[in-house]
Amino acid sequence: MATRTAEIVTPDPAPAIRSGPTGGPNRSNWSQLVPTAVLLIGAVYCLLPVLWVLVASTKSGSTLFTSFTFAPSTSMLDNLTDLSTYADGIFWRWMLNTLLYAGVGGVLSALVSGLSGYTLAKYQFAGRSVVFNVLLAGVLVPGIILAVPQYLLLAKVGLTDTYWSVLLPSIVSPYGIYLARIYAASAVPDSVIEAARVDGASEFGIFRRVAMPMMVPGLITVFLFQFVAIWNNFLLPFIMLADDDRFPVTLGLYTLLNRGSTEPALYRLVIIGSLLSIIPLVALFLSLQRYWRVDLISGSVKA
Amino acid sequence: MSTATNRVGRRGRRTAAPYAFLAPAVILFTLFVILPIGYAGYLSLRKVQVSGLGLGRGARKEIFAGLENYRDAVGDSELWSGGLRVLGYGALLVPIMLGLALLFALLLDRPRARFGRFARTSIFLPYAVPAIIASLLWGFLYLPATSPVNDLLAWVGLPEPDLLGQGTVFYSVVNIALWGGIGFNMIVLYTALRAIPVELYESARLDGCSEVQIALRIKIPLLVPALVMTTVFSMIATLQVFIEPMALEPLTNSISSTWTPLMKVYRDAFATNDRYAAAATSVLIAAITLVLSFGFLRLVQNRAFGQER
Repeated sequence: MATRTAEIVTPDPAPAIRSGPTGGPNRSNWSQLVPTAVLLIGAVYCLLPVLWVLVASTKSGSTLFTSFTFAPSTSMLDNLTDLSTYADGIFWRWMLNTLLYAGVGGVLSALVSGLSGYTLAKYQFAGRSVVFNVLLAGVLVPGIILAVPQYLLLAKVGLTDTYWSVLLPSIVSPYGIYLARIYAASAVPDSVIEAARVDGASEFGIFRRVAMPMMVPGLITVFLFQFVAIWNNFLLPFIMLADDDRFPVTLGLYTLLNRGSTEPALYRLVIIGSLLSIIPLVALFLSLQRYWRVDLISGSVKA
Repeated sequence: MSTATNRVGRRGRRTAAPYAFLAPAVILFTLFVILPIGYAGYLSLRKVQVSGLGLGRGARKEIFAGLENYRDAVGDSELWSGGLRVLGYGALLVPIMLGLALLFALLLDRPRARFGRFARTSIFLPYAVPAIIASLLWGFLYLPATSPVNDLLAWVGLPEPDLLGQGTVFYSVVNIALWGGIGFNMIVLYTALRAIPVELYESARLDGCSEVQIALRIKIPLLVPALVMTTVFSMIATLQVFIEPMALEPLTNSISSTWTPLMKVYRDAFATNDRYAAAATSVLIAAITLVLSFGFLRLVQNRAFGQER
């Protein structure tokens, strides 16, 4: 009892000291409170739609349009079952397709970018600056503009409406090459390459066994960028694909939404489908958060 | 002898290696970037000539059209109104988005920022949500039957706004892009802030500078190159706005099929099947994008890419 009273009577002196010589406790409170409040408002704004989709996916077709927006209901499992059985479970097929496009495309892109970036950073050869500048200009080329002529060209060789039509254009990433080049320049010392050469390693062996392991954090960042970019790229599959068996989940959900304007029951499936589709990305993103330190100019990747 | 040839072979392999290593990227880049650009340019100069009723073999022939497609595009009022809409959209979106991204980055970079991790993760989270899904979610938040805004206003007894109406849908689209874009730009700026050596602040603090003064006089000037880059990237993204209005289209009558230039390109290429007009419009949009982004870079004296070579 006595000790408790003592604690109350003599307050912890720490806050006063922490606030420093420039201001008393009051000023310190204000200078902490306002910025914290602003950050929290920003966080709430960004979380709002995610929270909404979480709540809305628990609602049945009838309560979706009648109950208060943020009042949860109990139909989540029903919605899940309905989505899984819709058109013979095509939703899961879309998810697998997305994983294929973004996963395989991201890995291939990281490898091609890594090899190109390493070459541009570590070799002196005729045409080096031409290749680099042309690739760099590719960063500024409006990507979406390419989709229509890409479609027309692929149509000529009969590749539209195939997995290749979405996968192949996604592999080369000017920005990925740019990142990899800067990363290779700082992460792979020339002396290590020279040492490997003296040991008789082949040029490709040096890249694969010496340089690539040193570039892993940079390559993961390139992979993440490209993974998200492909997952986000709506126009390319939208233009290339006709058969919904090959749709990525974004395109599949969009077609469901379109049908929903005549068949509102489908909205329920769109909502739970949206929730399921963002879970893998959010998980990937949270687990690899330390790789998301992006500097567009100098270091670009700080792991 | 054998070591000598070996050394020559080695040297030869070393000079061949960079070309072999760059081959995959260069081939893919040529096939999927350079060739399509060239092809779009070629198509934009051509048109189909129909003779007679356009039936039968040889009645439809592709011929050289010169700049006719471009003349049509420039004289197209739908394209103009879409183009002006996108410029207005960019003029509204880019400053607000980068302003908020900068504000959040500076607030996160304060010493002893509370809830910093939580706020950073939450604000960056929308980056992980594909634009089409984001538009879909916001679409429901705008839809009167499912909108919390309308629920709330009805509850208080105020008139309910039509967030997808003729006058408001523009701002609703801006909001979606804002939601999706703040986080990424915030992370870019935050990373740049973290790269500034803290010693730079110490003497300022000793001189009695407040955190706000440090932000305004030291941090923001040092962030200029990063701000230039984020502006260029945002401008390029802005001129390509397509997904958000496309996703809202099924939910409202306020968005036409030519609401933005890219929507018109899509309609021309696939709905009305005039790929020549689509190609000409594409080339125009690409040219305007490049002129604007290079022009902006020039304006700020090539501070960003200029450093690199």
